[in-house]
Amino acid sequence: MTGPAPARDLAVRTVALRKTFGDLVAVDHLDLEIVRGEVFGILGPNGSGKTTTIRMLCGLLPPTSGDATVVGCDIRKDAELLRNRIGYMSQQFGLYGELTVRENCRFYASLYGLRGATREKRIDELLHDLDLAPRANNRADTLSGGLKQRVALACAIAHHPQLLFLDEPTAGVDPAARRAFWKIIYDLAGQDTTIVVTTHYMDEAEKLKRIALLSRGHLIAVGTPAEVTAQFDLPTIEDVFVELQRRDEGARV
Amino acid sequence: MIDSIRKSLLWPMVRKEFIQLRRDPGTLVMILGIPAMQLLLFGFAVRTEVHHLPTVVLDQSRTPESRLLIETIVQTQNFDIIGHVPDRAAIEHVISGGTARAALIVPPDFSRALKRGETASAQIIVDAANPLASSAAIGGAALVANVLPAKIADHPVDVRLPIDLRVRPWYNPGGESSTFVVPGLVAVMLTITLLVVMSGAIVREREVGTLEQLVVTPISKSALLLGKIIPFVIIAYLQMTNVLLLGYLVFHVPVRGSLPLLYALSGLFILAVLGMGLMVATFARSQASAQQVAFGFTMPSILLSGFIFPLEAMPKIAQFIGHILPITYYLDIVRGVLLKGSGIDVLWRPALYLAGFAVVTLSISVRRFAKTVE
Repeated sequence: MTGPAPARDLAVRTVALRKTFGDLVAVDHLDLEIVRGEVFGILGPNGSGKTTTIRMLCGLLPPTSGDATVVGCDIRKDAELLRNRIGYMSQQFGLYGELTVRENCRFYASLYGLRGATREKRIDELLHDLDLAPRANNRADTLSGGLKQRVALACAIAHHPQLLFLDEPTAGVDPAARRAFWKIIYDLAGQDTTIVVTTHYMDEAEKLKRIALLSRGHLIAVGTPAEVTAQFDLPTIEDVFVELQRRDEGARV
Repeated sequence: MIDSIRKSLLWPMVRKEFIQLRRDPGTLVMILGIPAMQLLLFGFAVRTEVHHLPTVVLDQSRTPESRLLIETIVQTQNFDIIGHVPDRAAIEHVISGGTARAALIVPPDFSRALKRGETASAQIIVDAANPLASSAAIGGAALVANVLPAKIADHPVDVRLPIDLRVRPWYNPGGESSTFVVPGLVAVMLTITLLVVMSGAIVREREVGTLEQLVVTPISKSALLLGKIIPFVIIAYLQMTNVLLLGYLVFHVPVRGSLPLLYALSGLFILAVLGMGLMVATFARSQASAQQVAFGFTMPSILLSGFIFPLEAMPKIAQFIGHILPITYYLDIVRGVLLKGSGIDVLWRPALYLAGFAVVTLSISVRRFAKTVE
């Protein structure tokens, strides 16, 4: 386990976070600390509480009890400010097919308050950095999965978020595009952007700096991939994952 | 500060919506093209008034006065004289055989009565197997002179004398159904297209995943919904203007009241229908089911609103449903302003209902919407 980090260096800190839907406990007693600038993975089988956790951390879903501070914002009280400071990219990409690449970027940048020349300059910069400039005027629905993924990323980081949530960002994207995507993500982390990612690709999980494993709403393990595999006495994250899934299914029966 | 940011976030939303509409010809055709087609179809094909009903004449008077009567009746264009018959038996024969749909009987004392200053009576017998056609014909004839109509229900000649019928069709003396149908069509078209398009637009955002993306941005849920609604309000006004203009140019639908009033009150109706559309969207899981629900409102809107069939003639339950639908109230408004020149002094009731309907549906939608995106 890594030692406790000073509070000002924490991008995310949750204390006894709990969310119930009726009788169903989706997340229970979650204590989580994510350090600024790290690439942090939240892993777990379906129904483990990953999505609920991320939704709470985005300020979309009010927790039943417990507290969470994300990039300096209380998720209950400062949801408005919080949304200005975070970016979010989902596996569906959230692009408008009828709009061109540039129009998609412009739309989302506008929603984060970017205006006029500042906005256009930022879009040019993004299109250049993500190698999208030649496609700027193509409609989003004509692009390949890998390109769509980069456009979605451009839309999610146009406002320089301090924290970027990536929900299954590489689902349905070819290996070359996945590799290129992760390079960009690590570059962003290098520029002090905290990245919180969920993924089903275990080879990707192995490369993350730290991971948290969720199972049935509980935090089972947190640490570097090596620490987590050691805790379970299993060779790879994938083995840990399969073991967790087996336990979950056993518990359900 | 935060409020002003929220407001400024509306504009990107609206602009985005218009770019999407511009690049989606299907929706545009549906909003602007189909109503125009429907207007021509309804305006030309759906006619409840009857012109040129084939008519036989039994003139037992054979005087200049009787010939004048026949001439006047022909001039209404409701009746075409196809021949003269010698007696009543012949009338029954031609009407039951379908050769003629009406008969004009001028009794022997027609001129004498006129000369004595009494009410001279003549009869028009109409084949009432099609009641819509016969009532229109009777109405047209009644306008011409003092005519005592008799009815013939399909076969037997029911010569019931003498009912002095004084029909005075107000507002639409010629009984032109296009005059009646076109204003109603504005209401029907707005209902159908707005329901389908509005609910579809929201459900599509959810299906494609853009809604998920939108709710993590700083835009508030009400600004988000408002941004979706505003473009459709504008589109609705375009559609309405389109139908009205065509109705005015092609069918000479009169504008007897105030157009600004009509446009102001139409805004309430548009919001009421968009509120319904949003509500459909918060219940429907897919675009297909949203469309089914939206189309489910189509038939009641046409049949139970008084668009074609008068609400007063319907069973209580149908009237009840009709009085829930916003279109029923809007029909009063659009026909009132265009055909009767009504003002707000009589239209405030339906206007109030529409405003209430809009407030209720929109607030329910905003609340349900907030829940569904959590």
